[in-house]
Amino acid sequence: MAKDDHRASPILEDDLHAFVDGALDDDRRGEVQDHLDHQPESAEWVERLRAQRQALRAAFSDVAGEPLPSRLNLRRLVEERRASTDRARGWKIAASIVLALGIGSAGGWLARGSSGEVAAGIASLSNEANASFATYAFDAARPVEIDGDHKAQLVSWVSTRLQRPVPLPDLQRSGYRLIGGRLVATEHGPAALFLYDDRQGTRLAVLMRPMTIQRDTPVMQRNDGPFGGWSWADKGLGCSVVGSGSRADLHPLADEIRSQAQSAL
Amino acid sequence: MKDLIQKIEPLIPAFRRYARALVRDVELADDLVQDCLERIVGRWSQRRDGDDTRQWAFAILHNLAIDAIRRRSRQGLHVALEDVDESDMAVPGRQEDRLRHQEILRALDALPQEQRSVVLLVSIEDMSYAEAAKSLGIPVGTVMSRLSRGRERLQRALDGELGARPSTKLPMPLRRMK
Repeated sequence: MAKDDHRASPILEDDLHAFVDGALDDDRRGEVQDHLDHQPESAEWVERLRAQRQALRAAFSDVAGEPLPSRLNLRRLVEERRASTDRARGWKIAASIVLALGIGSAGGWLARGSSGEVAAGIASLSNEANASFATYAFDAARPVEIDGDHKAQLVSWVSTRLQRPVPLPDLQRSGYRLIGGRLVATEHGPAALFLYDDRQGTRLAVLMRPMTIQRDTPVMQRNDGPFGGWSWADKGLGCSVVGSGSRADLHPLADEIRSQAQSAL
Repeated sequence: MKDLIQKIEPLIPAFRRYARALVRDVELADDLVQDCLERIVGRWSQRRDGDDTRQWAFAILHNLAIDAIRRRSRQGLHVALEDVDESDMAVPGRQEDRLRHQEILRALDALPQEQRSVVLLVSIEDMSYAEAAKSLGIPVGTVMSRLSRGRERLQRALDGELGARPSTKLPMPLRRMK
């Protein structure tokens, strides 16, 4: 489709596509039109191409007119980004103070929002999952207390401490291996933390604990820390999944964990 | 950041349309658009001056979508077309519109992803061949050959579906000279 001197060049299939897509300059369009006027077969082919193009556009024409869901609100995403950058900065400072002072029981304090207020309900749960993930998921020495080879022991321990059966999610089918788990401290009592990784080394954490409020809450996206995640509660058991992967990756995993837990509860 | 909102906000409906047409699942498509927007927000300052915003953004979205498609096919979660809720497909409309849409959607589903992306960007998003090439990170020649094969295949699927022209294979009047 060279622009210059195509006077002598024959009409190509590419020209017909470009004709339908309105991508030809005036001269070439005239030549193609001339060709079509003399070649009914080509003209018919172009018509069908045009109809196909129209049908495609029609099939998706209404999508662009739909109101945007609030999660695609760009202004809010920009705001959140600004806030989370600030928060991440706050976290780093918090973590360095904890390290410097050697305070071991920092979990509860870290779980506070940057505003200093203690979050409640699902927000608090998601906060705790973030803090626990940040603390344990990348610990080279001892990320878990009980490893994935001792599942029964792990489940029995956390179920005893949480005073209710804790359904350990099995994410093998989604490509995630159980590294193991541990108890973590929260302001709302002990919580079970399970860590997983996939073959690429992407890690994720599932945190579960009893809820006193918001005991039944659908899966919702939360941004209560530097790591994105999804949180919900069923029959008083709160669950939050956070990971280093993208949120789109985590969504199906959250659904999977929830359906497993629901059938166990 | 004001610049970002001015340039990106008007593109969001097109992102949704492309993502939905490519993965054919409303929720997953919006997940992808959300991830894409977050990446755009996060990487806005890393854009190079010469980059065209629309191509750059579509490239991000496309790569996310391809990852998701690969993951989905690996997990064997690809839904059979008959199981797809109609609301996932495209848009509700009058009965005859819906039927017509279903034909083209089914035909679209039969296309390999590489061809589908090109056909969608050119036919629906009105990208020039050069823009599509940049967004997909492939040469223009490859865009042309995928477009040609994709449209031919789409037409065959449509013809087969309609049963209107049982014997006529799409009469290709001319072959590309290469």
